[in-house]
Amino acid sequence: MTAYERLQIARSQDRPTSRAYIERLFTDVLELHGDRKYADDPAVIGGIGCLGNIPVTFIGIERGRDLQERIRCNFGCPMPEGYRKALRLMKQAEKFSRPVICFVDTSGAFCGEEAEERGQGQAIADNLIQMMGLQTPIITIVIGEGGSGGALGLAVANRVYMLENAVFSVISPEGCASILWEDAKKANEAAECLKITAEDMKRFGVAEDVISEEFVDFDSMCKGIKEKLLKDLDELCALSGRELSEKRYERFRKLGVYRENIE
Amino acid sequence: MNSIVGMFRKSKNVLETGGITPTVEEKIRCPICKSIDTKRSVAKNKMVCPSCGHHYRINAKTRIKAICDRNSFCELFTNLETTDPLRFPGYETKLQNSRTVSGQPEGVVCGTATIRTQPCAVFVMEPQFMMGSMGSVVGEKITRLFEYAAEHDLPVVGFTASGGARMQEGILSLMQMAKTSGAVHYHSDRGGLYITVLTDPTTGGVTASFAMLGDIILSEPNALIGFAGKRVIEQTTKKKLPDNFQKAEFLLDCGFVDAIVPRTEMRTTLGQLLKQHRKRGTVK
Repeated sequence: MTAYERLQIARSQDRPTSRAYIERLFTDVLELHGDRKYADDPAVIGGIGCLGNIPVTFIGIERGRDLQERIRCNFGCPMPEGYRKALRLMKQAEKFSRPVICFVDTSGAFCGEEAEERGQGQAIADNLIQMMGLQTPIITIVIGEGGSGGALGLAVANRVYMLENAVFSVISPEGCASILWEDAKKANEAAECLKITAEDMKRFGVAEDVISEEFVDFDSMCKGIKEKLLKDLDELCALSGRELSEKRYERFRKLGVYRENIE
Repeated sequence: MNSIVGMFRKSKNVLETGGITPTVEEKIRCPICKSIDTKRSVAKNKMVCPSCGHHYRINAKTRIKAICDRNSFCELFTNLETTDPLRFPGYETKLQNSRTVSGQPEGVVCGTATIRTQPCAVFVMEPQFMMGSMGSVVGEKITRLFEYAAEHDLPVVGFTASGGARMQEGILSLMQMAKTSGAVHYHSDRGGLYITVLTDPTTGGVTASFAMLGDIILSEPNALIGFAGKRVIEQTTKKKLPDNFQKAEFLLDCGFVDAIVPRTEMRTTLGQLLKQHRKRGTVK
């Protein structure tokens, strides 16, 4: 399958959104709203639930399941208040030593006048630095599209997983094609050049593992994810808050390819 | 050291004149107010139009000369070289051209210096190198600088100028946003001061990472600062945006910049801030 074909699957409207995973994976769920500063962004959903018998904080970028929902949550493009809501919930999780589980599914942070006025860049930057220092485990699963900085704003985690058909990219292949060849229709070629597939992420060390989508049904796939998460939390919860933050930095510290000459 | 040297210097320090030595009487026309001046007088004014105050874009080398004490800048991490990890079409050529145009091996220059005798670590992004875009080497150099500063108990002064993450290195460029933010955290966690100076233009992934993470965020007047590109927003929303949109003054009004400081006053302001944050017991 080509990278572009995977991208089409990742964007497909029939694909389960964050809400579907949250419903299947967690019990005793209460959704929490608002960033306490400006508004509640429907593109970012979050709250408290139980994974097995461990209380966790879940945060997901929600694309919406039908047209009405999709319009309400800007087709999964978070506003600055969405990132601030996510950060508020993560800080809350840290206070009560709850692990944080994030679901990423976005073509990117919302692109508009009001998002700039309210500091889209600052909101994402703040998430990156605060997540790096967070003294509780963070696990992120990219379930669909991982679109640039808007996706990274929820992906500074101790472990990152990619669903088999999920993608992660610095720029949309359409955007890349229009910059490179002034032709957005060459997105197919751009997707290939950008190396955006789950396997690519594993190869670069951006993701720990790829989660297979070959299951009889969605429920059994979620069961597999749940087992994986429980096993991970078992390992991560044994570490101190400080160690978790340090290991997270070490994880990202290694990323990048360059040549180091002897001075 | 530098201040002592300066005391005996009879002629005015080059730094006070912008540190640029232009060829004789070349003329330059301000793109904003259209007034014509000699290049010398504009350079003397640190590449700020004497008539209207327009700030010309300047390269990293000029910036360092204009900000740091004479001969105090000591460059670090020059041994890192960019590769083409994705074998991205045209990347090698772009790198070659950028090296020729900018005279720099990559999009950021890092080092240590003193600013009005105050020691600090400095990074200056190079707008002439692929628009200061951030790939692996830019991310790694900035990360190392923050780690170096943390270990040597130095404040960091960073000048940003960037089109954002460098798409030719794909996801690896995106990850530099997390890495550099982690490095800022590492430095900050150890009590380090970080001053950002946003210059024209600071956009995309750099805005959404270390540019917006300073303890104090300064900006040059009229600099373009934003996350999404103005044209992209106009195309998406089909709405004409105001002229001052994403300008430094707009960000100041929205509450995302601490102060706008003209280039001619930047050195004094930075020196003053560094002095005010000098750690007790480390008299230098």
